[in-house]
Amino acid sequence: MNRMTRDQMAARVARDIPEGAYVNLGIGLPTKVANYLPQEREIFLQSENGLLGMGPAPAAGEEDWELINAGKQAVTLLTGGCFFHHADSFAMMRGGHLDICVLGAFQVAVNGDLANWHTGEPGAIPAVGGAMDLAIGAKKTFVMMDLLTKQGESKLVDACTYPLTGLACVSRVYTDLGVFDVGPQGAQVLEIVEGLTLDELRRLTGVKLEMAAQSQAA
Amino acid sequence: MIDKAVASAEAAVAEIQDGASVMIGGFGTAGMPDQLIDALIARGVGDLTIINNNAGNGEAGVAALIREGRVKKIICSFPRQSDSHHFDAAYRAGKIELELVAQGNLAARIQAAGAGLGAIFTPTGYGTLLAEGKETREINGVHHVLEYPIHADFALIKAHKGDRWGNLVYRKTARNFGPIMAMAARTTIAQVGEIVELGALDPEVVVTPGIFVQRVVQIASATNHALAA
Repeated sequence: MNRMTRDQMAARVARDIPEGAYVNLGIGLPTKVANYLPQEREIFLQSENGLLGMGPAPAAGEEDWELINAGKQAVTLLTGGCFFHHADSFAMMRGGHLDICVLGAFQVAVNGDLANWHTGEPGAIPAVGGAMDLAIGAKKTFVMMDLLTKQGESKLVDACTYPLTGLACVSRVYTDLGVFDVGPQGAQVLEIVEGLTLDELRRLTGVKLEMAAQSQAA
Repeated sequence: MIDKAVASAEAAVAEIQDGASVMIGGFGTAGMPDQLIDALIARGVGDLTIINNNAGNGEAGVAALIREGRVKKIICSFPRQSDSHHFDAAYRAGKIELELVAQGNLAARIQAAGAGLGAIFTPTGYGTLLAEGKETREINGVHHVLEYPIHADFALIKAHKGDRWGNLVYRKTARNFGPIMAMAARTTIAQVGEIVELGALDPEVVVTPGIFVQRVVQIASATNHALAA
């Protein structure tokens, strides 16, 4: 089956981030989106640990370990960027000031429910970080994930079975097999990878899918 | 003359007793006051309740405090990390209690304590495991969860520069929880890279006003230490 690579997915998400947007990229896969934001667009990347105007990783040997991102990797500050404390950082999220956040997920439900912080397995040590604040705080919450697990189960589901991060908070899901809008209207397909049909996508996910009005089969 | 500067990290933490609640600044290792924590370990106190974003990284700081068995309970948002092995072991052995708090709620609850608020209603966590059993309310069409302030006996934080009145400025993302923890604790102890003359800090850029700080100790290597980590 034809699949988008992680870099192709990151480039696809980047296409939907407009100039002037205030954006938080979650740890893991979403971090890659930064590599595909066009140089000519001014976009403000926020990091939960207190910076706005985050730049790329420094050259080897130039790391400053008091200048890190949410994943605790060394980063840089763009000219015009700034620092602030944690309460201000989360006010940016919860207060609805961030335009977009991009998160990874274990599962997304067709109504926009998100599960991405805890497997709920016995013995698993839970850790939530900023996921719950980001999920419900940003004006738009995008999810970026493989559509299927390694075992072939759909991560786009009718109802999440993993513990929830937030209710009805996701608006769009970018996957290796297609792009979906989710919400009160259910799941709508915006794009399908080349060589895959809507019926095959329905069979793989097991959820009700309709093509969105403005959709395009790739 | 008011002089909040103390001579050593040991002197700075000398009043912390068994069973104290202690906020510790830092996000991962950025902003973690390692030398104050070392002094706390050397002091030999235990049964501590620690409030930090994480539950220790590697061997230093909060990780060392957990390794030495001094922590009864930790209140944090993100305990499990690739290098949180001391917490993981203590947790699996049932030797440490965990109160997991969404990161923004952690910040808001600390800020509420510092601001003298009785509680907050927050939309974060509504409908999740972390809100189970908590009071909720719909406000302007949005569901909120009632969360209470987090107070502490002490805050140990790291800042870039301070003066003898306790005014502080921070360095880059090492600021994180420092300013709000300074407000929330009864006694705030700041380790700073440099204690400067009164008036040397531009009053327009002071981040933590000295009213929130009770002790300042100069740890010359504080910034360099972080740079070399």
